[in-house]
Amino acid sequence: MTSKSKKNIEVGEAVGIVAAQSIGEPGTQMTMRTFHYAGVAEQVPTGLPRLIELVDARKEPKKPIMDIFLKEEYASNEAKAKELAKAIECTTVDKVAYVEEDFDEKKIIITLEPSELETEGVKAEEVFRKVKAVAGSHVEQKDNIITVKAPNASLRTIRRLTNKLRQVQIKGINKISRTLVVKGKDGKYFIRTAGSNLAELIKNPHVDASRIYTNDVQEIARVFGIEAARNALVREIKQVLDMQNLNVDVRHCMLLADAMTMDGEIKSIGRHGLSGEKAGVLARAAFEETVKHLINAATKAEDDKLIGVTENIIVGQTVPVGTGLVKLKMKLG
Amino acid sequence: MIVTKMIDRIKFSLFSPEMIRKMSSAKITVPDTYNDDSYPIDGGLMDLRMGVIDPGLKCKVCGGTIRSCPGHYGHIELVRPVIHPEFAKTILFILKSTCHSCKRVLIHQEEAEELAQKIERDIEDEMKSKTKKRSHCPHCKTKIPEIKLLRPTSFFKDNQSMLPTEIRDWLAAISDRDLRVLGIDPQYARPEWMVLTALIVPSVSVRPSITLETGDRSEDDLTHKLVDIMRINQRLEANINAGAPQLIIEDLWELVQYHVTTYFNNETSNIPPARHRSGRPLKTLSQRLKGKEGRFRYNLSGKRVNFSARTVISPDPNISISEVGVPQQVAEEMTVPIRVTSWNIEDCKKFILSDNYPRAEYVIRPDGKRIRVTPSAREEILATFGAGYVVERQLMDGDIVLFNRQPSLHRISIMCHTVKVLPGKTFRLNPVVCPPYNADFDGDEMNLHVIQNEEARVEAEILMKVHHQIISPRHGHAIIKPQEDYVSGAYFFTKQTTEFTKSEACQLLAMAGISRLPKPDRGDKYSGKLIFSMLLPKELNIKVKSKMQKSKDPAEDPDSLIVIKNGILVSGALESRSYENEILEQIFHTRGPDEARRFIDTSTHMLLEVISQHGLSVSLKNYSIDLESAKKLAELQDDMKREIEAAIVQYKNKTLERSPGLSLRESLEERIMQITSRAREAAGVLVEKSLGFDNTAIIMAKIGARGSLLNAIQMAAMLGQQAVRSKRLTRGYRGRTLIHFKKNDLGAASRGFIFGSFKTGLSPTEFFHHSMGGRESLVNTAIRTARSGYMQRRLINALQDMVVAQDLSVRDSRGVIVQFKYGGDGYDPIKANVKTEAPEEIRREEHEA
Repeated sequence: MTSKSKKNIEVGEAVGIVAAQSIGEPGTQMTMRTFHYAGVAEQVPTGLPRLIELVDARKEPKKPIMDIFLKEEYASNEAKAKELAKAIECTTVDKVAYVEEDFDEKKIIITLEPSELETEGVKAEEVFRKVKAVAGSHVEQKDNIITVKAPNASLRTIRRLTNKLRQVQIKGINKISRTLVVKGKDGKYFIRTAGSNLAELIKNPHVDASRIYTNDVQEIARVFGIEAARNALVREIKQVLDMQNLNVDVRHCMLLADAMTMDGEIKSIGRHGLSGEKAGVLARAAFEETVKHLINAATKAEDDKLIGVTENIIVGQTVPVGTGLVKLKMKLG
Repeated sequence: MIVTKMIDRIKFSLFSPEMIRKMSSAKITVPDTYNDDSYPIDGGLMDLRMGVIDPGLKCKVCGGTIRSCPGHYGHIELVRPVIHPEFAKTILFILKSTCHSCKRVLIHQEEAEELAQKIERDIEDEMKSKTKKRSHCPHCKTKIPEIKLLRPTSFFKDNQSMLPTEIRDWLAAISDRDLRVLGIDPQYARPEWMVLTALIVPSVSVRPSITLETGDRSEDDLTHKLVDIMRINQRLEANINAGAPQLIIEDLWELVQYHVTTYFNNETSNIPPARHRSGRPLKTLSQRLKGKEGRFRYNLSGKRVNFSARTVISPDPNISISEVGVPQQVAEEMTVPIRVTSWNIEDCKKFILSDNYPRAEYVIRPDGKRIRVTPSAREEILATFGAGYVVERQLMDGDIVLFNRQPSLHRISIMCHTVKVLPGKTFRLNPVVCPPYNADFDGDEMNLHVIQNEEARVEAEILMKVHHQIISPRHGHAIIKPQEDYVSGAYFFTKQTTEFTKSEACQLLAMAGISRLPKPDRGDKYSGKLIFSMLLPKELNIKVKSKMQKSKDPAEDPDSLIVIKNGILVSGALESRSYENEILEQIFHTRGPDEARRFIDTSTHMLLEVISQHGLSVSLKNYSIDLESAKKLAELQDDMKREIEAAIVQYKNKTLERSPGLSLRESLEERIMQITSRAREAAGVLVEKSLGFDNTAIIMAKIGARGSLLNAIQMAAMLGQQAVRSKRLTRGYRGRTLIHFKKNDLGAASRGFIFGSFKTGLSPTEFFHHSMGGRESLVNTAIRTARSGYMQRRLINALQDMVVAQDLSVRDSRGVIVQFKYGGDGYDPIKANVKTEAPEEIRREEHEA
């Protein structure tokens, strides 16, 4: 067996480039197909589109998904888990009722659908209460019809109010649009949701906040901090590659995630993130937005200290990487 | 290479008009280029003081010729100043941040000091927020006018047009101290320099004119633009001198501004691009720098080289993996510089004296003079020849070269090979090294670079040699490994039943270059296992389950467990995993790259002989299932059809069970997809059973040599469901894919299920459906390559400066620490055992599909 130190990486090794190549090279072999989380969300990006999404550090993923693990009594009780799932799911008036406006009478008619009320587990009174809280005093309920009167409002405000009423949240947690109870491999139930809202869900006493997970890395950074986001990034990148059966060493994913998070916020790979903040003017100019960088450099009288790879290639000097890092002075003659 | 001078830093700044005039070697006075004798006009745009591009002429400044004169700047005196369009935004910022009357920054002293204290600051944003609500200057209390910029270059003060002269005077009046507050270094970038009074003219070497075959001269786009500027500038001057009305002067002034704007950037928004006579937009300064074909990416980040060759590649399994077969023609054309010492002087002399192939092309004397070796020059060269000379001789066996195939997606796309000169006109490559290059031999071409100095040669040999790259840094597994037929060969060779006579055994061992014959282990016969064990190092110990499991009971199949004990293959027939990865990787880790290369070379040579003797072929028979299975398959298909029909009926009755979160229609689709995929799986079992383990096609698929079970199913049984966007086919006509089906027919055949196999053939509708799926994957591949290419470019650009420091931390070029220890443990993915030495426990909850 080789000793530990013999396994160490060589000093000067261009690990950044190796990581970039190791993640980028299999990109051509990745599929563009979307993934289907049965019952929760369709067309969840996987493969290349998802990898690009991660690397771009988008504000929100195209399809946020959460896995909510539960505390013991809920985790092994399907009925209780389902109950919780239903309670979490965000239900709006729109989902349980048909909303229309009557401009002649200057009123809004909300027709509740009993079947939908039942599936969503919402009572008509609750809807009434929530609508009233938004629309004010001119609200009446008669069986399954809620009427909102707005005698003095203009047509435009009626339309605006209607749209507002449609989005009124009756129950559940904002942004969680769908929930599904899934039985995990360990036999325990957990809730998978479409839409993500970490901050609210970790407050729920039945949720195991130590294991809760979302694929929204930015949200993890906001709620749990940058270290957690870094780990989530590593995990998400690795998972995307694993799903395509592409074998990539975690070290590369880790370096990428560390580079993206080293300043305490998630920075994208590209001109608005890491590459745009490089030290060298020439390096930035050679990447994208050439003229802009040159002009700015001139007004600010910037110095390019030629410390990066690109800058030295441009001026035709040895690159400060690998063997190019070794400096030796020799007396001639 | 001895580096005696290095560029330490590059300062960016603006040119002042005085500087431009000082730098200029020619003031341009004539808006023209050449006279009727096609001689550069004095004071014209091709003035000889700005350099020469015509052979035979001499530069008036440096006396150099077309080859030696680097070119010199000229300048144009603009009669009226114009705004530099690229700085318009900066000018706007400065105007907005300063007072039009007292020319001081619109913030209090304290605020300015506070601003200077901030470490990370976007001065522009800070200033904007600070001056926004202010209506009067804090210093002189005058009202602040509203400054507007109408792109690209028109400024307005309280909706009154501002002339560049006015702007220039304003900018010039701002004190140095105030400019520093705004983040501008007045020593290098006085804002009034952003309003041009003198325009710098690049040397003619930058904008050479070309002579067409007809003898006509065609000027560079930049020259055209400069002529325009000169012409209007002169007209403006004439009009001013003649005392023309203000309106006409301003019109011409505006025109100069337009030409200057397009001279800098012909893609400026809100103005029409200047066009060539042919209607093509001119390529001006900004366009020259920008983008993939611009100066930065095309000429500065990527450079052209000499001493390179390119031709088609073809396979040669008989050369070593670290060799490359070079055509004689190429070897004769390329040269290697050899430094003459007392040890090699005799060889060098031989090269000089030779008329034939390994010949010296040039000799470089210690004084740096390069002399071509010709029969007549020989004597003169040899007269003073000795140590210190450099001989450039033709490429020979054993020389070190770099070999590359594009696209170079990772570092192993370019590796160091040893030259082997061979007849023929193609580069010869051992097929084992195809995977890192991602090469095949359907017409691929590759590039070869001959290394030109000792330092590079040493680096290439130590860092880039093929056998050092056997393990890929991407995943820590072998990437240079014997595949396909070698794997098949290894399997047949090491099967329990394989035996050889003494002469056969001798032949095989000889192929691997082994001269020692072991004692026979099967009476007077030699088992394949015994002979293969001769290739293995003594300390090798492996125990893996074979990919090929013929039965559930391991006792029934002695080949199913691969055991190597102290370098002897005890049991098991090798397959891809054990041969390509386990054995090879272990040899690499314990014995090193050279030994690993030896193992690949010798084992492939031996296996090549084995597979040639044994033979391996597939025929139609290998993909034919027996009658009974065919009957079962038909039944299976009927069952599937019936099941789908039943589901459709349920759907129509609305009795179909809805899956959570799906509409009824979606539930049906999901159901049908389940049914069809189940049918394909069933067909797979049927095919596997019917074809059996004696079928070469199945063997190759199972041992990981070539092909897959899916291939066999598609050829022998059926193609199955075709899909576009992971859904059954729907597009085409209204409610159907083709007119051959009923409208809104949801059945299997109508929605792209193919019952036929490649062997039976496809019906016309099936064929069409198959090509629908095929088209999608074609389109996807095209999009994917573009998208992943850009992603990789971004990744490389963001991470390229990250390097392992002395303490194994990873730092970027500024020295900022990215990782305290590379990968958390400092291990190299190439050297560490990837399976047992993962750097960090990555917790993974059960994620089910």
